[in-house]
Amino acid sequence: MMKHRLFWPLMVLVVLLLFNLIYSPDFFSIKMRDGHLYGSLIDILNFGSPLILVAIGMTLVIATGGIDLSVGSVVAITGAMACLSISRANDQNGLVAVLGAVGIALVLSAALGLWNGFLVARIGIQPIIATLILMVAGRGIAQLITNGQIITVLSPKYQYIGAGSLLTLPFSIFIVAAMFVIASLLTRKTALGLFIEAVGCKPTASRLAGVRSRTVMLAVYMFCGLCAGIAGLLLSSNVSSADGNNAGLWYELDAILAVVIGGTSLTGGRFYLAGTLVGALIIQTLTTTIYMVGVPPEITLVVKALVVLAVCLVQSEKFRGLLRGRPKAGPLQTANPEVKRHA
Amino acid sequence: MKELQPILQMTGIQKQFPGVKALSGVDFRLFPGEVHALMGENGAGKSTLIKVLTGVYTADQGSVEMEGHAIAVHSPQEAQRAGISTVYQEVNLCPNLSVAENIYIGNEPCRLGRIRWKEMNRNAERLLQERLHLQIDVTQPLESYSVAVQQLIAIARALSISAKVLILDEPTSSLDQSEVRQLFDIMRKLKQDGLAILFVTHFLDQVYEVSDRITILRGGEFVGEYLAADLPRIELVSKMIGKELVMLEKLETLSNESDSNDKKDDVVMLEAEGLGRQGAIEPFDLRIHQGEILGLAGLLGSGRTEMARLFFGADRPDKGSLRLAGSGAGSIHTPRQAIDQGIAFCSENRKTEGIIDDLTVRENIVLALQASKGWFRRIPRKRQEEIAEEYISLLNINPRDSEQLIRHLSGGNQQKVLLARWLLTEPKLLILDEPTRGIDIGAKAEIQKLVLSLAQKGMSVIFISSELEEVLRVSHRIAVLRDRRKVKEMTGTEMNQQLVMQAIAGGDKG
Repeated sequence: MMKHRLFWPLMVLVVLLLFNLIYSPDFFSIKMRDGHLYGSLIDILNFGSPLILVAIGMTLVIATGGIDLSVGSVVAITGAMACLSISRANDQNGLVAVLGAVGIALVLSAALGLWNGFLVARIGIQPIIATLILMVAGRGIAQLITNGQIITVLSPKYQYIGAGSLLTLPFSIFIVAAMFVIASLLTRKTALGLFIEAVGCKPTASRLAGVRSRTVMLAVYMFCGLCAGIAGLLLSSNVSSADGNNAGLWYELDAILAVVIGGTSLTGGRFYLAGTLVGALIIQTLTTTIYMVGVPPEITLVVKALVVLAVCLVQSEKFRGLLRGRPKAGPLQTANPEVKRHA
Repeated sequence: MKELQPILQMTGIQKQFPGVKALSGVDFRLFPGEVHALMGENGAGKSTLIKVLTGVYTADQGSVEMEGHAIAVHSPQEAQRAGISTVYQEVNLCPNLSVAENIYIGNEPCRLGRIRWKEMNRNAERLLQERLHLQIDVTQPLESYSVAVQQLIAIARALSISAKVLILDEPTSSLDQSEVRQLFDIMRKLKQDGLAILFVTHFLDQVYEVSDRITILRGGEFVGEYLAADLPRIELVSKMIGKELVMLEKLETLSNESDSNDKKDDVVMLEAEGLGRQGAIEPFDLRIHQGEILGLAGLLGSGRTEMARLFFGADRPDKGSLRLAGSGAGSIHTPRQAIDQGIAFCSENRKTEGIIDDLTVRENIVLALQASKGWFRRIPRKRQEEIAEEYISLLNINPRDSEQLIRHLSGGNQQKVLLARWLLTEPKLLILDEPTRGIDIGAKAEIQKLVLSLAQKGMSVIFISSELEEVLRVSHRIAVLRDRRKVKEMTGTEMNQQLVMQAIAGGDKG
């Protein structure tokens, strides 16, 4: 069982959750209040949903051997766009206004993803640079849209997306579940997953085998943009406002981390959506834990970094071998006896 | 004055991979001042044994002794420090670094932490010139030289580290004849200097030309160690395969039968007119008929691969036209279009342009067919497994496990998986670029036989190989290339070794 890919990430998640029991004995309790379920676990799922969404898209991009640094900016842009369009409507709570805003935001996010894909697949810019462009410019665009202000909207219908609940659970959980299922079906029930892995592992060989690698990349970046767009809607609707400056800030880093913790290699090739899900939950739990334990704000990032380092080390087979005192060959191994040389 | 003390002794080596027992109880010893050939079919465990010796893999059991002292090698760096240097089957250098950097990477001449570039370049030049008789600009990136030159540079890299043991894993598989001769001269010289050389090759002639001693492996097991002079060739072959080899004789007759069929009046399958690409190949005319095997002969770098790549749309031609039978306007600009038109191309660079390392044998086999079906019409998992099983037994792929990652297979078996990938697409024209490179005789004969039977069923084949005998054996017609130009086409009685060699060499030299 310890050989299973998800074993160590799941162990880390369980340990993190159990750790919270020390500080809050009712951490695992879920209460029913006014027809809604409340509890820390629900909160983790709810607040973690934007990150999970972004990480799902990121997984596929990373599987093609790329990376998308612009997701945080796309989160900000779509939130800003949706709020702007609602705030301009006569009736901010009108169904048409809200659906229109959501539609505009989603189309825009897909277009932004397509732009990244175009730069990478058509122009041939390295993914880290190509998406860095939108990462930097995107913040500016978001602030242009909001005119440097925080746009606040008064629309219960819009708010429902990120803060409403359905069948006693936060609505955002359903959105995430749907996107996760869609991504899984798209990649495992069609041949898309095979193509993504082939392109990520060996682009030249894949092209010669007839895989349309450019189209695959375009699709993947577009999907990633779309995921970030939905995350942007969740975030902005949850607080009924759009902040071009801070919405989705550093999301790209958390998302990349979640993907890597989940077992997908940054070099591309094999990818694991379920692993990414666990990875994103680990990061969200960690964030929640840090607030719960009451770590002073000035050192929260340091604590987070240390835990992430520990997670990565626990997952490394080489490191575990080192702990057991049975070192295997590899860069981590330093305590190896020097090869005997004879003068 | 033969020393009786081996410089290197491996005893009882065992290595297990998930689902495969790669080595079980293998012994190997190497004496200073000798060339020791390691022989065996694909998957016999030659590469694994070498990787154990060089620290890429760690043996599960067994001991390695160097000059009488037990050593434990855990990484290639340690192997180098112990005096073991390796040149691998496929060139393992950094294509975008300069030649000199490639030779000295990891032990550059430094002063106060600064690399002394001039000294390094001078040393590299001298090393290449004195020991390999190679005069090139060492500041150019490696990728600007042919595979053959890259191979020599890899050997230079191994020599630059004062090695006591030099391992050459299939060093000749991508060299032409004069380069092979040059390499053998170098090997003999190094041998006289007291170096112990482990030599792996599939060419029997070469084994007997330079080797003093032969160790044979079969299926991961030790068969025996012999002096080259005491082991007749036939015995070597039968020990390697473990049975008599009658397949090659059958092949001769098969080929002769098909030769008698006149293909001239047949349907033209593909026709190139004035097709060419600047810097790759001069414009040429060429026709391929249905059910015909067209051999492309020529030295390395003569334009054989470049020609094939134009047919497949891997590179775009900038001159001329390409017409396919039965398809009106269908033009070929990308591999995808070529595949749609029924063309398949097995690249000579198995490692970079063929296999997808991280995928399983099954996924590698179905990839091209799935790609032509598109992403939406996925081949059901069960059907994929059936296909994989079918081709594994048809082509005798070893191990017989469709869920094995392809990178765990030996080179020859990887090649068979790639053949399976293309056969599955049922192409009308199959382009094979060095399909038997680095493959043992048994598998080689199997592939040649397969090609002949495919042609009899009506498939056209373009067969590219550096081995002239092989081209002569399978082809109905041969196009000869020299210096990126098609110089001659030969059929029937013209097709003998002498005449083709003359055409390849050019000029009027007899």
